[in-house]
Amino acid sequence: MSASSTLGKDLTGLEHMTPEQIRLILDTAEPFKEVSERPIKKVPALRGKTIVNLFFEASTRTRISFEFAEKRLSADTVNVAATGSSVSKGETLVDTAKNLEAMRIDMVVIRHGSSGAAEFLGKRIASNVINAGDGKHEHPTQALLDLLTIRDKHGKIEGLKVCLVGDVLHSRVARSNLWGLTKLGADVAVCGPWTLMPRGIEELGVTVFGRVEEAIEWGADVLNVLRLQLERMEKGFIPSLREYYRVFGVTPERLERSPKPITIMHPGPMNRGVEIDSRVADGAHSVILDQVTNGVAVRMAVLYLLAGGRAELADAAKRAGGGGASE
Amino acid sequence: MSRALQRMAVEILELAHGTDDLVLIGIQRRGVELAQRIATLIKDQEGADVPRGALDITLYRDDLGTVGPNPVIGETHLPGDLTDKHAVIVDDVLYTGRTVRAALDELADFGRPKRISLCVLVDRGGRELPIQADIVGKAIKTSTGDRVEVQVEELDGRDQVDVVR
Repeated sequence: MSASSTLGKDLTGLEHMTPEQIRLILDTAEPFKEVSERPIKKVPALRGKTIVNLFFEASTRTRISFEFAEKRLSADTVNVAATGSSVSKGETLVDTAKNLEAMRIDMVVIRHGSSGAAEFLGKRIASNVINAGDGKHEHPTQALLDLLTIRDKHGKIEGLKVCLVGDVLHSRVARSNLWGLTKLGADVAVCGPWTLMPRGIEELGVTVFGRVEEAIEWGADVLNVLRLQLERMEKGFIPSLREYYRVFGVTPERLERSPKPITIMHPGPMNRGVEIDSRVADGAHSVILDQVTNGVAVRMAVLYLLAGGRAELADAAKRAGGGGASE
Repeated sequence: MSRALQRMAVEILELAHGTDDLVLIGIQRRGVELAQRIATLIKDQEGADVPRGALDITLYRDDLGTVGPNPVIGETHLPGDLTDKHAVIVDDVLYTGRTVRAALDELADFGRPKRISLCVLVDRGGRELPIQADIVGKAIKTSTGDRVEVQVEELDGRDQVDVVR
């Protein structure tokens, strides 16, 4: 095993990860899918580990998905929400985390409104830190589950044409997906209103489309439809929800222009009738619920790999012990 | 190796009184191939298809926290509920017994077999737990620093057992 195949202490984003590290997580997620299909959906791999889910922003899917992943690995978990905790009394992030560490925890899963919060915390505490979404920066486990779902559906990622549709500017999901997809060799495009497109995004080597029709003509294999955060309308990024749907909504009529079926993804929660039409969301080529199922397996893989100690020690033990798997 | 496997297949049939409740469970990776071989030998002899399963015990190891995981986790699949079956665990090498301990824990999460037996190609001694095999292909004496490497045709291109001192 090469040194680059280990993940290090924290998972803060995909930007600085190697393709090998990303593939290691996806490959490790495969056997974890089966664990969730067992009569007893639990393995003892993280028995005795304590994990704190520290959520400073609202989250249903991601928090529950992490919690299932933790429990199915037999870890002990505690959930801390910003409201109703000392955070609302003005305690700083580092103080909160140091107090948790004083109670002897092993890992922190953090969601925070500020970009860079997970990395900031990871540098200041000894526990493993996993980013569950930080501001407009990254949401690495979401991108990893998206990659796994694409790989399941198409058998590969390299060479596929994947287009992210919608509010790329404010989306940490989009940012993590861009890093992950380009590192694994996909052909990546983005599509959305110019007001919701980051400046200079072409420099990342992605194609930019102003209309969904162009992405379909380009030959997209996958459309990953991003959530339109409704507060954007009040801030003047788009004129109205109805107009957004008319121009950027992913509808059956638009998809019919494609000669091949296009895989439809959405990180949730969906605004039906805004960025995505219900007939598409519930259609035959939607893998939106597969994404949710894969989310648990990917998070189990990340927890397992981060908690598992050091690879070089495992190698040494194998050499000394006559083969870890064949003893 | 083929003579040893032939004998092990016969001994499994004697131990289980035929093939009625028998399930062969190979431990990843080479145990899975050996279980397949034994199942083929039993089919040649008895004409019956014995259900087979594969077990990866990585997630049940007792040393994950101290030495780190082997990141490659193999497939686990079992042929239905094991309750009231006679499960025979098949592995290539029996050494400390910790792999078998983990396999017993894992099997318990899939049902309650009426009996679990252990069948290994090589017993190299050096147990750290009170575990013994019911059926042994060959018992050899080794010391702590030795390595016993089993190669099987399906994965390695040839059948061979090496003791590296």
